[in-house]
Parts: sequence; C-alpha cells; structure tokens
Amino acid sequence: MQNIKHTPAMLALLAAILPNGVQAAAEDDPLLAMVKIDQLEWRDVDEGDLYAWDAEGWIGRDLDKFWIKTEGENFEGDTESATGEFLYSRAVAPYWDLQAGWRHDFQPEPERDWAAVGFSGLAPYFFEVDAFLYAGGEDGNIAASLKAEYELLFTQRLILSPEIKLYAIKDEDPEVGLGSGLTDMEAGLRLRYEIRREFAPYIGVNWEKKFGDTADIARAEGEQTSDTQLVAGIRAWF
Amino acid sequence: MSNKIILPGHGAFSSSRRRFVQGVAAGGALLGMSTGTAFGAVRDPRQGPKVLQGNRFELTYRPTPVNFTGAERTATAVNGSVPAPVLRLREGDTVTLRVNNMMAEDTSIHWHGLILPSSQDGVPHISDGFKGIKPGDSFTYSFPVIQNGTYWYHSHSGFQEQTGAYGAIVIDPKEPEPFTYDRDHVVVLSDWSDEDPYRIYAKLKKLSHYYNFRERTLDEQMAELKAKGFDDYMATRAMWNEMRMSDRDISDVTGYTYTFLMNGVTPADGWMGLFKRGEKVRLRIVNAAAMTFFDLRIPGLKMTVVAADGQYVEPVTVDEIRLGVAETYDVIVEPKADRAYSVFAQAIDRSGYARGTLTPDPRLTAEVPPMDSAPILGHMDMGMDMSGMGHAGHDMSGNTTASATMDHSGHDMSQMTSMDHSGHDMPEMSGMDHSGHDMSNMDGTTEMATAAMGSGHAGFGSDRPIVHASSEHGPHVDMRAEAPQYRLDDPGIGLRGNGRRVLTYADLVNLNPTPDPREPEREIDLHLTGNMSRYMWSMNGIKFDDADPLPLKYGERVRINLINDTMMNHPIHLHGMWSDLETGEPGRIPRKHTVIVQPGAKISYLVTADAMGGWAYHCHLLYHMPGMFRKVVVS
Repeated sequence: MQNIKHTPAMLALLAAILPNGVQAAAEDDPLLAMVKIDQLEWRDVDEGDLYAWDAEGWIGRDLDKFWIKTEGENFEGDTESATGEFLYSRAVAPYWDLQAGWRHDFQPEPERDWAAVGFSGLAPYFFEVDAFLYAGGEDGNIAASLKAEYELLFTQRLILSPEIKLYAIKDEDPEVGLGSGLTDMEAGLRLRYEIRREFAPYIGVNWEKKFGDTADIARAEGEQTSDTQLVAGIRAWF
Repeated sequence: MSNKIILPGHGAFSSSRRRFVQGVAAGGALLGMSTGTAFGAVRDPRQGPKVLQGNRFELTYRPTPVNFTGAERTATAVNGSVPAPVLRLREGDTVTLRVNNMMAEDTSIHWHGLILPSSQDGVPHISDGFKGIKPGDSFTYSFPVIQNGTYWYHSHSGFQEQTGAYGAIVIDPKEPEPFTYDRDHVVVLSDWSDEDPYRIYAKLKKLSHYYNFRERTLDEQMAELKAKGFDDYMATRAMWNEMRMSDRDISDVTGYTYTFLMNGVTPADGWMGLFKRGEKVRLRIVNAAAMTFFDLRIPGLKMTVVAADGQYVEPVTVDEIRLGVAETYDVIVEPKADRAYSVFAQAIDRSGYARGTLTPDPRLTAEVPPMDSAPILGHMDMGMDMSGMGHAGHDMSGNTTASATMDHSGHDMSQMTSMDHSGHDMPEMSGMDHSGHDMSNMDGTTEMATAAMGSGHAGFGSDRPIVHASSEHGPHVDMRAEAPQYRLDDPGIGLRGNGRRVLTYADLVNLNPTPDPREPEREIDLHLTGNMSRYMWSMNGIKFDDADPLPLKYGERVRINLINDTMMNHPIHLHGMWSDLETGEPGRIPRKHTVIVQPGAKISYLVTADAMGGWAYHCHLLYHMPGMFRKVVVS
C-alpha cells in the first residue's frame, strides 16, 4: 500500500479534489457529485417479482471524474446478477469521456474481476452511448458491452426512451452461464414523465434474448431464452 | 412607519409580501425618481427602491428576507432593499461610499461603467489592492465622479448578483443635457430565483438544458417531416444532429426558475411609474439581471434613445430595445394620452417577462401584450457562411405561426453555394408577413460596405482573417464559428423581422466626436468559447484560472476583436476603460461598457488604455463569468 499515493489514479484524485485558485467571481470548476438512478424497476415475469436497477454516480470536476456504476437484478429476494464498476473518467472530446478502471461481478457466483476501459458520451444524432471492453474474468477472458439510448419528446416532460444493450464474451464461462460470442441482448422502451427534471416515474417494455451457447446453457437449466416484460419504475438523480 | 399601504383599487398588490423588510422608507422617499410628490405622500412599494442622494453614502449588506414567489427567501440586500437603493450622484463631486458587510461571506461592490482608479473598482483580487470585504468589515470607496448618465452597481463576489446585490446609479450632469425631459424613472430589470445560485450552477453542470423546456418535440418533428419530406427534413436537421446541439438553446436559465423583476416588483404586481399627461419622461433602463437578456417595449409609445451605457448618442426613435445583461439605455417617451402604458420586457427566450406601468393615475391599468414566440437558432447564429443564402439565416420565429414548419434555416451547408430558394417547399408560409424583413440590413451588406469604406481603419473594424488557436480545440470547446460576420445591424435572434423598429448597434452614433481618433496600434483577438453540454466557458479556449493576464500598454489605442464561437449571446464587459464600438462611423464612435457579441458573430471595438492597473474583463452572464474572464493589466 506504500506506493499507492504514486499511482496515476491518486494523482488524478488529488488534482480533482484540490480547490482552484483565487476567484474574482464564483469558483469556475467546483467539485461536484451526482447520483443518478437511471432505472429502478419492477418487471412483470411469470414466476414472481423481478426487480432491476441501473444506477451510477460520480464525483469530480468538469474534465476529471470518478464514476461508480452498478446494475443488477433481484428475483424473489435473490440477487441473480450484480455488477459494480469503479472508473476514472477523463474528457477527451467535447462529447466523449474515456473511462477506465475496475469492474467486479458480485453475482452470479463465482465472482469475477475485470479491468475495464471504454467510452461514454453522446454520439451524433443524440445517441447516448457507452461502449466498453473488459479484460479479466476467468483466465484472461475478454468481454465487450455496448449500450445506446435515445430520447423522443412527446412533450417537454413526457419522454420516450428506446434503449439497447448488448454483451459479448470471447471465451465461454459456463460457471456464470455464459457461452462464447454474443451472449445476450436487451431492448427497452420506457415512457417517463418528468415531474421534475430529477424525478420521473416510468412504464415500459423490456425484451431480453440470449444467443448461441448462452441460450443453450439457459435451456439446459430450464430457463427461458427470450422474454418480454412489462416494466414500471422510477428514474431519479440529484 | 409602515410601507404596507394598499391603495384603493389595487388588490393585485399583496400586502403580505415582505419585499423590503426594512422598508422602502415610506413617507420620506420621493416618488421614484420623479420630481413631484403630487400623487400622495405615502410611497407605494410598486414604485421601486428608494433613492439616496449626495456625496456620502452608507451602504450595508445584510441577509434580508424577501418574498417574490410566495416563498420566503434570503436576499443579499443592500440597505434592506432589492434592488439596492438608487444612488444619485453629481458629476464633478468626489463621492465617499462606505460599504458594510453584515453577512457571513465576503462581498464587494463594483461601480459598473464608472471611470475611476483601479483600487476603487471593487473586484476582489483584480482591482489594485482590493481583496474583498470580509464579514463584519467595512470598505470605504472614494473617487471623483467624472462622467454623467445612467449606470449601476453590483457585487462582484460569488453569485451575489443573483440574490439581489444590484442597484442603479444616476449621475446628474454638470453641463445642461442635450435634450429635455420633465421627469425621470429608473427601470432596473432583473431575474430572481428562489433557488440557491450555487445549486443553479451545479444543475447546469450536471444537465445543461435543465431549465430549457422548449426543446423540439416529436409533434413538431413530425409536422416538419410532413412538410419537407424525409430527405429535406434530414438535411435540415443534419447539422444540429451532427453537432449535437439544440436550436432551441437560447437561455441557460429561464422563467422555469426565474421571476423577472422590474424595479424589484414582480409581473403580478407590476412596477408603477407615474407621469402627468404631456410630460416628457426619461426612462433610465438598466439590465441588472444575472442571466437574462430583455427585449423592452412600451406598446403605444415610441422610445427615443438618447444614451447608451450612460453615454449620449444621436437620438434615435425605436419601438423596441434589446438589453444585454449589464447594458443600460436612456430613452425619452412622450405619453400624450391620459392612459396607462405597459412597460413590457420579455426575456429573450420568451419564458417570461418583467413588466410595469407608466400611468398618470395609480388606479389605471394597461393591457399586457402577449409574448412573442420563442426564437429558434439558425445557421447564421452558428457562425456559418451565409453568402448566397439569401434570407435563409433569418429567424422567422418572431412571426406568430407555428415555428416548427418555418425553420428553413437549417439547410445542409455543403449544398448551399448554389442554392435556389424558389425550389423550397414552404406550404405553411404563404400567410407569412415578409414585409418586416429588411434585407438591406443583412450582414453581407455590412461586410461589403465596410470593405469598400476602409476596413481595418479606426471605426470600421478588423480585416484580419479569423484564426482559431490550438487552445480552442479539445473537450472544453464544442464549436468554432467558421465564418463569423459583423452583424451590427442585426437586431438579433427573436427580433428579426418582427414588424417593429428594433434598436441595433448600427443605430448608435456618438453625439460627440470620437474622443480618441487614433488608428489602433495593434489588435487583440478574443474568441468566446465554451462547451454548452459540459457547461464550461472560456476565452480562446482558456478559462480564467489557467489564463495569463492580458497586458495593455498605458496610453495605447488597441482594437479588440471578439469572436463568438458559441451559439449564445455574450455581453462582454471591460472594466475601467471604454469600449469604443466600431459601427462604421469613424468620427462618432459610440462608447459602451458592455457589448453584446451575437451567436456566431464577431464585433470589434477600440480601447484607449488610459487607466493604470488591474481590471476585470468578462462575460456578464453570471454563470459564464467564472470561466469566460480575463484580468487586464495596464502598465
């Protein structure tokens, strides 16, 4: 632990947290923090209640931030999947942040650790995109995820948001139920009403499909390989 | 003494509002700025802040409860008043102003537009030797008053301007004025929010369009798609989509959180200015807002502009004036009828308005006009090359029909050089009134005229090519204007072709000969830069914290070219020295202290560096100011 203070992450942390110079006005680039629950929802599945979350938070300044992201699912009280990412984020272009750090899969067990690197930002035509590569898992595995989201405004407060998520893995990892290649895809369509900018209940549909060997593993365990669910939840940030 | 007086027939005024907790000293005050007290001895709070006169002033900052919205909040009030009292000075006096800080945070007062020594200018850590006024401390300003006209004062610390620390300054002239009037009223425009300004700033950093509730909706997109067809629609939207910018992004902070005030009075109550029929009334209009540009007019009255930023100009008669944040205009109106008139100041994004009434009788009311439709940005506002495009850059949204179908400004630039407007499908536009469009005023004309008449010479602006420095590239800058033009005769977004005579900078002609007719010895280019979505602002891509001071040589005449690489209007204020605005009138260059740089445009002014020391130089939009700021040092 002695040399931890020399790591780039620690230097970046210091740079992000130390205050700026003397001001003739208010501080230009204050240290800010944000917590955003993108999705916290109930999903209508046949056998019971499924709850899912997708949330993130950051602390930092304009160009340098530390991010924590988490997503997962809980079925009838059991957490079936849960991941956490701990990332340093550096703005590299007007609309893009380069993010790198550590991802930990808490569930399903056995737990997996990954090094993570990717881009988060806004693509032309206003697509919000997160594209990440992961290295680690079991025996130096490689994985990739892609998430894209769009917003359509029915009114200034009633907003329809299509979203798509893809996940792929290089080598199979049957212990956690994953075959090699494209493992699964989620497509969602959520209609939210922003009571305030910070708080919006929503309803929608979520479609999930498993592919290839991942689908075979699921079938062997008697699980569905594709499902369409009604969802209801809240989106909130502060 | 109580100031909670309800005049007969004025239920609109809510007596429970503790606007001036310590009272707008009821009986003792004059009737606004007016010359008589014929309308009654008791002061109606709708008449705005009281007036302090003389050459010695005691100003005390104290956290003061106010209620503009139905909720009580704490204002940064001076002498218990929002706005702060009007200071009435005399040209030629030496004034002494003691400022007491009874708050828990540092404060300051900057005398906006006054020519004075750097040490008295009141900007902490910029003005010579001034470090702000600590809690419990006092600071005594003292300086000779060497000018006359309408100015203002405000805190230069933190975000205190947002919470009430602003007031008007009126300087009575030594010599008779070049015009006459019977009565004058100060009209201080501002924007009040119940939110803590630090929270507003944080929200903008987290979600820059937080306060914008005029984004393009699906309905409008469908209507536009239907009207134009898929290909044309996609081409129209291409630039905005590729640049990831919103053509509805007019104001960062809007009427969603703001209550717009006129002399500290809400639109619900309405400021009241009295006149007697037949009087010539001088209005001293000050935009003391934190973030809001106002478009002011008085339906039924022409306004004759006689001074801009306190300085006499050739009288020009108009219907409407845009006031950038920190600008002031003096106008004379002559209400002939025995009726009330609305003084109507709509916010540039049309998310609300400040209003008041000019009336011969407090019991009369005037109709409040509807707001214009919200403006939509066009390619011209993005600093794109409009040559050969005819009127495509014109903002049509000033017209009242559905704006979505009218935005024909968004054509794919790559196909524009040989564009023919006759081929355009404009089914919705047949009923549109084009008569308000004065094509001779287009920037291209200005450019040509300037080139012909002596581009580069004092009064005509620069003929230098636009160069974007490497510091303008990176995650902190989202746009660079490719072909910024002088747009002096462009009334600006939301005012073009509205059928009213709107004041433009091209109308401003100094009443007196140009004080310093020298040619500029050198030119300084300053690009106004930023990243809207990250809410970062800078000059030349370098924020204040990282910037070296801008050195000026004492006595030099220098040209400053401001190039707006953003899609917002920025009001740029140079402290301590005049900005001699180059409008093509070399012999009569108008002087300003704050200059609007329109989106995607450029503007040039000459500065005589006749004031030694350190000076602030910045965008006067409060939440742009921390980054879009320079220290100027004259030595």
